[in-house]
Amino acid sequence: MEIFGFRISDMSSRISPKEVAHVAMLARLSLTDEEAELYASQLSSVLDHASDIESLDIHDLEVTAHPLGLVNRTRSDSVVSGLSQAEALSQAPDEAQGMFSVPPVLGEPS
Amino acid sequence: MSEMNNMSAFEIAESVNNQKVTATSVVEKSLAIAEALNSKLNAFLALDRDGALRAAARVDSIIASGGSPGRLAGVPIALKDNMCKVGLPTTCGSKILQGWIPPYDATVTKLLESEGAIIVGKTNLDEFAMGSSTENSAYGPTLNPVDLTRVPGGSSGGSASSVAAGIVPIALGSDTGGSIRQPASLCGVVGVKPTYGRVSRYGLVAFASSLDQIGPFSSTVMDSALTLEVIAGFDPKDSTSYEEQMGSLSAQKGLSIEGLRVGIVTEFVEGSDPEVVSALRDAADALASLGADVTEISIPETKLGLSAYYLIAPAEASSNLARFDGVRFGLRVEGSNIEETNVLTRTKGFGAEVKRRIMLGTYALSSGYYDAYYAKAQQVRTLIKSGFERAYQQVDVLISPVSPTTAFKLGEKSLDPLTMYLSDVCTIPSNLAGHPAMSMPYALDSEGLPIGVQILAPALREDLMFRLAFALEGSSRGAPSLDASIKEAINHG
Repeated sequence: MEIFGFRISDMSSRISPKEVAHVAMLARLSLTDEEAELYASQLSSVLDHASDIESLDIHDLEVTAHPLGLVNRTRSDSVVSGLSQAEALSQAPDEAQGMFSVPPVLGEPS
Repeated sequence: MSEMNNMSAFEIAESVNNQKVTATSVVEKSLAIAEALNSKLNAFLALDRDGALRAAARVDSIIASGGSPGRLAGVPIALKDNMCKVGLPTTCGSKILQGWIPPYDATVTKLLESEGAIIVGKTNLDEFAMGSSTENSAYGPTLNPVDLTRVPGGSSGGSASSVAAGIVPIALGSDTGGSIRQPASLCGVVGVKPTYGRVSRYGLVAFASSLDQIGPFSSTVMDSALTLEVIAGFDPKDSTSYEEQMGSLSAQKGLSIEGLRVGIVTEFVEGSDPEVVSALRDAADALASLGADVTEISIPETKLGLSAYYLIAPAEASSNLARFDGVRFGLRVEGSNIEETNVLTRTKGFGAEVKRRIMLGTYALSSGYYDAYYAKAQQVRTLIKSGFERAYQQVDVLISPVSPTTAFKLGEKSLDPLTMYLSDVCTIPSNLAGHPAMSMPYALDSEGLPIGVQILAPALREDLMFRLAFALEGSSRGAPSLDASIKEAINHG
């Protein structure tokens, strides 16, 4: 089977196109039906590969989030300079009155 | 590369400081080669001719007035295009950041410039550093200067290619799962991933924050040592940067490795091509002849690295890349409301591999799957760390292949993501453990393609890693020959 010239060799279905579409929505991405099919197949093969760790019985083992075991670190509560308002806005797609300007957040689309 | 008779960074800085050459002439030459080669290699996404020549003139004027510009005086350096420099675009190889000019410098940029280095440009990469071939760049692939039909590796392919082609003596890359070491191996240059936290990540656009680390590419071990000495150190702007000072790396040159215990990692040898394994065996013999005590050592936990990595890295990426929403910077595709704007912007701005990883990460973090995937993968990190700890009770350093193969053809692996992911199988475990590791160019395969040897060391032991690298450098079996059309372009340039 081939989609977009991509060979689909592994037809395992750990994740369905419908689930992929849902995940895409959560990630604020929009997919065509063909893309959802393709990604479902590709993500399934990666998740299949991960079955080696899925099946490990390591409930009591601690997790490693920072490799050297560093814990949260706070800086001293003193004022330091940051970006100026002009610098912060310099790359804005749109700005108004010294603020980032965006399309409506609430209400019906205009 | 020797055939170009280029000076190393160490030699350039010495010559500039001793007024034997000017920084301006060095930078002019680097820019001329870059301009002659870039239409063939696509290694650079931006060249900063004016800015580089201004900076070089400043270095020359400091020298002229009797001052000392620093340890990297006049050295042309390229930055992977996910590190910020004020005034130069940073694209991350993505359409979503096309035209973005960062309003701040990365800490590494400041540190390099404070020692007199000249940033000449920004190099191509897989979009947001996600890939192993630099084919995922939205601005086209970078080619391997040794053979233009082959990839340079990735994701820091532009940096590796630019050093291998002799455009710059030093380039910086970032390594999340092998993105410095694998392209270094495929292009035949030195590439170093320091201990996690050695180098500040401030101003490096985040991919997977618990794994990302910046490091150098160079032609000589000394140049990487010098660069890492300049960029390492605690930075209040990166709360994960490490406070303990790093010992001298350049001082490791010439030190004996007599009695040093070196382990060959069995698991990394098993899946590698015969020619890659044979180069590793040659390197092991060379180390043994220098007095090292070489043994084979098994670390079975490392086999779980690939699966853990491809859950952890996408999970962190899905969170980090949430900031690209069309509101404050970068691309905006305007919709009728903010949510539609977010969706349209991200759908248009991100390429296929980035979307794939964002979705994989979002899935692995979603309720119902978090414990099975993400939490499990974080536990596997603990397993891999303890595997390395056990090995380091028996040996001082480890060696292995960097990549299971030499440089592959363009398009050869881009159709199947999992096949591409397997390129990183020998490099990923060091990122998961946070340990330093580097790629040393060592031999050529039967087609003349470079083969690297990986040196791995315990956390914070870059000194030991470099001692072995300096020792190995002397027995390296030949530098690769550049592609004929690259040689011709250099000669005409």
